[in-house]
Amino acid sequence: MSSSVTSARSGPARTLRADNPRYGEKAIFGFLFFTAAVSVLVTTSIVFALFYPLPRLFSEISIVEFFTATEWSPGFLKPQYGVWPIVVGTVIVVITALIVAIPIGLLSAIYLSEFAAEPVRKIIKPVLEILEGIPTVATGLFAFFWLRPFLEYLTPWLPWGGLFSTGVAGVAVGLIIIPLIASVADDAMRSVPRSLREGAYALGASKLRVSLKVVVPAAISGIIAAFVLGGSRAVGETMIVLLVAGAGSPGLNFNPFEGIQTMTAYIASRATGEIAVGSVVYDSIFAVGSLLFLITLAMNMIAIRFVARFREVYE
Amino acid sequence: MSDSFSQLPGRAKFAAAGAGLAVQNQFKSQGSRGNGPSIVFSALMLLALTIAITAIIAILAWAFFEGRTRLDMDLIFNGPSTVNKATAGYSVAILGTLQIVGGVIALIVPLGAGAALYLEQFADKSRWWNRLIELNIQNLAGVPSIVFGILGLAFFVRAPFNLGLVAAAGSATIALLVLPTVILASREAIKAVPPSILEGSLALGATRWQAVWRQVLPAAAPGMLTGVILAVSRAIGEAAPLLLVGALTFVTFAPNFFEGGYSALPVLIYNYAGRPQEEFQILAAAGVLLMLAVLIVFISFAVWLRARYERSW
Repeated sequence: MSSSVTSARSGPARTLRADNPRYGEKAIFGFLFFTAAVSVLVTTSIVFALFYPLPRLFSEISIVEFFTATEWSPGFLKPQYGVWPIVVGTVIVVITALIVAIPIGLLSAIYLSEFAAEPVRKIIKPVLEILEGIPTVATGLFAFFWLRPFLEYLTPWLPWGGLFSTGVAGVAVGLIIIPLIASVADDAMRSVPRSLREGAYALGASKLRVSLKVVVPAAISGIIAAFVLGGSRAVGETMIVLLVAGAGSPGLNFNPFEGIQTMTAYIASRATGEIAVGSVVYDSIFAVGSLLFLITLAMNMIAIRFVARFREVYE
Repeated sequence: MSDSFSQLPGRAKFAAAGAGLAVQNQFKSQGSRGNGPSIVFSALMLLALTIAITAIIAILAWAFFEGRTRLDMDLIFNGPSTVNKATAGYSVAILGTLQIVGGVIALIVPLGAGAALYLEQFADKSRWWNRLIELNIQNLAGVPSIVFGILGLAFFVRAPFNLGLVAAAGSATIALLVLPTVILASREAIKAVPPSILEGSLALGATRWQAVWRQVLPAAAPGMLTGVILAVSRAIGEAAPLLLVGALTFVTFAPNFFEGGYSALPVLIYNYAGRPQEEFQILAAAGVLLMLAVLIVFISFAVWLRARYERSW
């Protein structure tokens, strides 16, 4: 206590400096800084863990093959390391997921932000949170054991093949990213200032017109951020695609009604702890992991940019 | 209005009502551009929400109907077995998950609260390293869980930590995975405490830390606790990174935190589901129901806590 009143004492040497160095406070400050710095340490470790085995890998297989060949068959008798098939698998899952989640998420967000009465909102928000909290292994099993057979039963004329389906995996991933898209878009629309809405009302616009022609365009960068974040989440989703898209042929396959391996599913199916350290297959996990990390990092940076731009304009 | 037409017979009643409505519409402001959303758009919005809510109900219903014959005490108290298919359970995996969650809580509470307090109360935002930490946490929150699995495999299971395929490695991996979420939630909770509380305390002669510890932290605690509960619920359900750090091993004995194999509830569910016998698929569905029941209780508690302590200053 004495430190802060030092300056009020009479005497010539008036100073705002504390007369007690308070080493305890400094130690606490140091600890807090350390806890915050842990996250930077984690990122550094991730980058290091992912990239460290890469030189070893690309001395055994050609980096050109990795990015151009169209067959992915590590561990096979004649292994090939062309990453495209599993990238295509991921892309099919992400596109299907976004086709499902963007309309549902955006419409839910418009409803929550512009139309829902406060009590309704208070019920729906937690329900969406529960959907977001459902473990992906549960959603995956549901999609594999029920949704996939059910959809085949509904549409028997589609080219279904085998037990797995990349498209159904995408639909299931879409379900779990709905809450993310809805809540980020809802936040964006709610921070559009009231005055914009009222200006439009004053000109005689209906509530629907205000929502679609004023609020949505005004919040568009936040809404795009929501889509990008949803896409990034879909790229990284593992358990659902592992269960529902399964493993497919090692070559390219664009049929969403058959199974295909994705980047995440490859990592999860290969790295079950039994694998020999330093083998090409072991290192290939890290190569695919690096690619996955870089893709999601780029998407997250874009999303953060969009959100920042939005905040700049209205807050 | 309908009263005046109610004596008219069948079709005439409709015609009269229609005419009445049409005239009324003429005088109402803007007609269809009135206050409500158009019927089509309302229907679309409700459909969207219905699909989202139906998804939850469908997953629960599927798990219940599929696993209903195995909703017994064996499910919780019996260990996994490939021989006794009809009475195998999840006890070992539940213990594994409890150990993982215990470790996660021990790590994320100090680290999460510390980082959030630092960023909200102590950090000078004009310094580049503080902005770097902030940006880094935002990015870390978006890193796929399987990448954390790779981190766990490369750092915790093998050198430098060299823990091996044990529950401690799984726990540390999951802790790092949920840490950014805890930090972001805690920051929001701290941000919601008005600066006047802190300033009042400082004005009365408290040091910075005293003011934060005795005034800001208690006020932000419920919000931070909500973040921790949501993180724990995620830790319970997360399977993908655990596949990489050894939880897929089929163990039949209770795990030790630092040695020997371990299993976790979602991973054992995945393991059971992959077996061809129908008994195991039923068991997997029953496990899903068990896990969902626990999670819904957790999430509801977090939501209730947030609503209960949500204060407007």
